[in-house]
Amino acid sequence: MKKKKLMNRRQKVLFGLCFSVLFLIAICIAGVLCTEEARVTDFSRKNIAPCLQYLFGTDWLGRDMLVRTLKGMSLSIFIGILSAVISAVIALILGIASATMGKRVDGFITWLIDLIMGIPHMLLLILISVALGKGFKGVVIGVAFTHWTSLARLIRAEVIQLKESSYIKIAEKLGKSKWYIAKKHMLPHLIPQFVVGLVLIFPHAILHESSITFLGFGLSTEQPAIGIILSEAMKYLVMGKWWLALFPGLFLVLTVILFYVLGESLRKLIDPGSVHE
Amino acid sequence: MKKWPAYMGKQFVRMVLLIVVVSIVTFALMKASPIDPLQANVGQAALGSMSQEQIEKLQEYWGVNTPPVKQYLEWAKDFIKGDMGVSLLYRQPVTKVIGVKLGNSLFLMIFAWVLSGILGIVLGVIAGMNRGKTVDKGIKGYCLVISSTPTFWLALLLLMIFSVWLKLLPIGLSVPIGVEASGVTFADRVRHAILPAVTLSITGVSNIALHTREKMIDIMESDYVLFARSRGETGWKLFWQHGFRNVLLPAITLQFASISEIFGGSVLVEQVFSYPGLGQAAVSAGLGSDMPLLMAITIVSALFVFGGNLIANLLYGVIDPRIRRGGAKG
Repeated sequence: MKKKKLMNRRQKVLFGLCFSVLFLIAICIAGVLCTEEARVTDFSRKNIAPCLQYLFGTDWLGRDMLVRTLKGMSLSIFIGILSAVISAVIALILGIASATMGKRVDGFITWLIDLIMGIPHMLLLILISVALGKGFKGVVIGVAFTHWTSLARLIRAEVIQLKESSYIKIAEKLGKSKWYIAKKHMLPHLIPQFVVGLVLIFPHAILHESSITFLGFGLSTEQPAIGIILSEAMKYLVMGKWWLALFPGLFLVLTVILFYVLGESLRKLIDPGSVHE
Repeated sequence: MKKWPAYMGKQFVRMVLLIVVVSIVTFALMKASPIDPLQANVGQAALGSMSQEQIEKLQEYWGVNTPPVKQYLEWAKDFIKGDMGVSLLYRQPVTKVIGVKLGNSLFLMIFAWVLSGILGIVLGVIAGMNRGKTVDKGIKGYCLVISSTPTFWLALLLLMIFSVWLKLLPIGLSVPIGVEASGVTFADRVRHAILPAVTLSITGVSNIALHTREKMIDIMESDYVLFARSRGETGWKLFWQHGFRNVLLPAITLQFASISEIFGGSVLVEQVFSYPGLGQAAVSAGLGSDMPLLMAITIVSALFVFGGNLIANLLYGVIDPRIRRGGAKG
């Protein structure tokens, strides 16, 4: 029926997974290694358009944009991972609590989800980061508090479904404790969902992190986060310095896509049935 | 059907309650902020040279020393009367500020909302009907790239291409610079709104397109489509008679539920294009600790989002009788 392909689907997915993991790790390591270099200013080489020596060009202070982008990206990835983990844990706890702790708690948590979804994300992010004083903490907590809702809903639905399944009912009838059932029967089902959900929060977390930094609510201007680089670049855009905005942005897009690929590949590997949905 | 008024009433009460809580949360968050409004707006240097009396006056103006609960209650009392207070940054009644900004923003958001909705549905349907083919792969790839692209960067790119390089469209603002308010034509406004609106539309497409695509694939695999195909229906006719209505309704409800995202996007886009809309006002209110304005903006936007969700819920009920009867759906 079909042409013989170079790789089968599973191999392709594995390849995508490995490639994105390697690439992201490489960015992080490169970013950590060039902390100092990202700050070096050299007025003899300012405003150079991209060339072989400076692939991404240099800015108005003579800083190498490639190094700055790498550093900014690694910072953003770090913040993204931190806030995604926090928000996934919130989702897990609230999702399970909502499904198991009775009608009142359930009502309250679904109401909370509605509330958070009701305020536009950007606005809530602005509010939280203002409340926490606009720093690193504000960004991480802001992003973490706004992104758990959909995963919490997913986990809640999953647990409710699990509770109705026959093997859990039997375990209950056999007199197993709630803790035993949760640990032995529920958690193994939830972990794959949780991991995939966690990875798929990253892209949103990074996008929102860079957006909020771009608006000036995030990190201070000394830290070359990607949002800061781009908001600085905006001021120089009119003067025709296109490379300041183009390459860091492209890098950001690439990173986010890689996280999506990572999440989707994980999902396909952990839950093969989902491919055909 | 007689349950409808009760359902509506319940939803309405819920909405009012949520709005009240939104206002409390907003207020609490702003109050909890360690940022001193005086320092943020007046500046350290100016404060140093001021007399104690002046500083006290300013503190009173920015409401630094008023107890939070009292301040909130006073605000709420006025708000119910329809008086949203005076914006501290713009020194104008909030109602007036919001009116102007909302007008600018609505223009942009409605355009983007409608355009992205239509485009999204069309793309989703095309992709879904041609599952696995090049068109489908192209649209899927496009959606992936777009949903990974930060809105503000896309705005920057478009700004760079159309305003700086090609000089086709103005760089920012909603009206030409140096022209009197009476001299601004509608065409000028449209010209200034094109880029922001297009940016918003492009980013809004991916979500709805992907969703519609999945729905369309479901429909294409259903028995009635199989039967229609065996009768020899293909292409447009097949879509029009069997797919269109089935796919349209979920897409519309999704679009109503996506108002929050359009709003969030407009904050960023307005910032890049210095378009004087609600989003930009929200950013400056946040940076300048303008409590009354930020409260009002949060509430107005929450009203829009809840309103959108409410309409989405109602539409679901109207369209799908199974849900109206109370069968829950994820």
